[in-house]
Amino acid sequence: MRTTYMKTILGLAAAAVAGSALAGGHATPKMGGTLDFVVGSKIPSYDAHVETTFGMIHPIAPFYSLLIRVNPNEPSSSDFECDACESFEVSDDGLTYTYKIRQGMTFHDGKPLDANDVHATYEKIMFPPEGIASSRKAFYAMVDSHRVVDSHTYEMKLKFPSGAYLPAMASPFNFIYADEDLAEHGLNWHQRNINGSGPFKFTEHQPGAFVTGVRNDNYHLEGRPYLDGFKSIVATNLASRVQAIEGDRAAIEFRGFPPKQRDALVNALGDKIVVQESDWNCVLLVTPNHKSPPFDDARVRRALSLAVDRWGGSKYLSQIAIVKTVGGVAFPGHPLAASEEELVELAGYGKDIEANRAEALRLLEEAGFDFSKTYRFNNRGVDQPYKVVGTWLIDQWRRIGVKFDQQVNPSPVFYDILRKQYAFDISIDFNCQSVINPIADVSKFLPSAGNNYTQGEDAEIEAAYAALERAGTIEEQRELMREYERLVLSEKASQFITLWWYKINPHRDYVKGWKIAPSHYLGQQLDHIWIDRGDG
Amino acid sequence: MWQYVLKRLLLMIPTVLGAAFVIFFLLRALPGDVCELKLGGEGAYYDAEQIEICRNNLGLNEPLLVQFGTFVAGLATFDLGESMWTGRPVAEEMAKRFELSLQVAIMATLVSIVIAIPLGTLSAVYQNTWIDYVVRTVSIAGIAVPSFWLGILIILALLSVSEMLTGSRWSPPLDYVPLWQDPAYNLSMLIWPALATGYRYSAVATRMTRSSLLEVLREDYVRTARAKGVVEKIIVNRHALRNAMLPVVTVIGIEFAFLMGGLVVTEQVFNLNGLGRLLVDSVTFNDYTMTQGIVMTIVLVFVMTNFAIDLLYAWLDPRIRYS
Repeated sequence: MRTTYMKTILGLAAAAVAGSALAGGHATPKMGGTLDFVVGSKIPSYDAHVETTFGMIHPIAPFYSLLIRVNPNEPSSSDFECDACESFEVSDDGLTYTYKIRQGMTFHDGKPLDANDVHATYEKIMFPPEGIASSRKAFYAMVDSHRVVDSHTYEMKLKFPSGAYLPAMASPFNFIYADEDLAEHGLNWHQRNINGSGPFKFTEHQPGAFVTGVRNDNYHLEGRPYLDGFKSIVATNLASRVQAIEGDRAAIEFRGFPPKQRDALVNALGDKIVVQESDWNCVLLVTPNHKSPPFDDARVRRALSLAVDRWGGSKYLSQIAIVKTVGGVAFPGHPLAASEEELVELAGYGKDIEANRAEALRLLEEAGFDFSKTYRFNNRGVDQPYKVVGTWLIDQWRRIGVKFDQQVNPSPVFYDILRKQYAFDISIDFNCQSVINPIADVSKFLPSAGNNYTQGEDAEIEAAYAALERAGTIEEQRELMREYERLVLSEKASQFITLWWYKINPHRDYVKGWKIAPSHYLGQQLDHIWIDRGDG
Repeated sequence: MWQYVLKRLLLMIPTVLGAAFVIFFLLRALPGDVCELKLGGEGAYYDAEQIEICRNNLGLNEPLLVQFGTFVAGLATFDLGESMWTGRPVAEEMAKRFELSLQVAIMATLVSIVIAIPLGTLSAVYQNTWIDYVVRTVSIAGIAVPSFWLGILIILALLSVSEMLTGSRWSPPLDYVPLWQDPAYNLSMLIWPALATGYRYSAVATRMTRSSLLEVLREDYVRTARAKGVVEKIIVNRHALRNAMLPVVTVIGIEFAFLMGGLVVTEQVFNLNGLGRLLVDSVTFNDYTMTQGIVMTIVLVFVMTNFAIDLLYAWLDPRIRYS
């Protein structure tokens, strides 16, 4: 067996943190204090196996442990560390993962935590009985079976080695539940009840208002958590969240603010505010409707992508919106992502925008495109970054004489048009994930994927992905990713990317130990955060 | 009188049923799906099988008439069902917000009454003098300025003024604590939205008080009182003002009912976890059961408030008789 020493086989990616300051990087943690933070969404239920929103993760994750997690001190890397496990090993053929579960861990109600609880948890996530929801069940398609070897050893067997496996295991949504709770109360019990083994114990939830937790003195990581407790306050309005930090009613908001709000806070609070910034594992896509002529023609789709000045957009849009980075299908900066030299070879990524647009016009004329028509562009009625980017796209396409009518719809209507009615020629769409898991994340571009709304079919793209999914080495994965990317973005232009999101987190200077992650779902257990007001 | 009360109460039944029918079918005519938003609203992986499980669990795959029957049967037993978004009982979710909304509504009404009645009276008594002009300007400004905008100005002023006075910025608390638990904290949170909405609300009531009082002051019995030598203060306070209050009470009553669920934007501005914000959220999330529950409650509040106003008329004006 080959020991992983709690690192992933990917173990990669240089920190993408471009923060103007890092909070408490090497400072000595202080005990005590309560962290108040604001959340821009509300809790649907407490069951992370079912839910998908940060509105649940931010207030509830501190109550739970995971089997493995993204290292909160290196959140921009793919460094996975044990949480409920002591260590894990992978067999030489990459098919068997064996996890040693920590001894002495307990749930908040006093029940001991062992391999049976981990098994029951993953059974619910991967193989739920009929009628029981599990939102990320499909992430575990490579898992063949799992079993309890003994009370402190848990094993998973894969059907094939997969680079997508460990990131899926480290999902922040994989809260460990007690086997006994599931058996006694049923698989839906955790939707309304909390019994975790995380750094904080649940104290109160006022729906729509706040959640509070206090330190778990029996937490398995020695000396942690540093905080006495936390209060997660719901503030769905952006201005309220900014004012909360400005007025020191909250110290931080973990999702992120637009540039304007960052600047306002910096102007108002000066050195009392620290700003951390990072690339964000969310991307805005353009989804053409392949069943709506002329967008069934790859030349037309490619022309639209060619007309978009991504490099210029990055420079200017990043001053007003939460987008910045020019990238391909994989998260920028990740070893599987395209380098700049590789990107400029793709349609619409060349740096000579006039040449790109000349080629776009040639393609449109060749395809017999009707310039007199106005086409339907479905967009989501949310400012950041949808409306900003949508308006920019309209202008980019206008420059090659293509006219779109931007239909800005409230979220439910937007989704209905995109996913059910298909009443669009072009639509904004997005891909937003937690753990950076490019092989799984890029499945969004598969015409057959449940979350791909192009209505297209393409055997070549499907075959390219099937090969990528089973590639064993990082070199092989990288090469296959380039081929997949070339097909999706250039040759077929079945969908195309605008700009990757950019995460901006201004927070009070007394919040220490928190490092920005490339996802607003990561690093939310709060055991590594402390408060230091500099008053001794 | 009791016959009148009973008749009015029975008339409420078709009103409530009609509202239930309209809200149920209007909501379902709108595009969107709570399960789509729950499971695919943030751009993560979207699994059609999971959407179906969610829809089945929420009863959304049942025929519409069955769903409507369940809703109406629930209404008859005061069971509003469970929120499709949180899975919690609608009544429980609303109860948590009701207290806050009620307090803001009462405080805003008090602010309004305290401002409107003296100013409206002054304006009428000193008609066409500088006092009247100032009062009218203030009340027109109140109507013209949206309360949410005034709310934003209040918050910005609080942040700036507190920094000038104390060196650090202060904003109102974000989380509600009941008045009896911590009055200072509670009032430091709710006084600002009460002022913002109360001011706007007082503007309407001030103008209504002024015009109503002017009308009453021209009545024969007021002229008679003056001819008999009654002091002007007594004429206004004892004879005219009470009779001028009928339309004012109507306006205040309707506005109070509106405040219970209509402070949508103001609640957003001040981050109040009230019924208005709950309503907006439930519409945003396509949470049918919650939207239905809130709308039906607001309908009931309106119906009951109108009923109470009718009863109040007779107390204010003994000439009014129930029939």
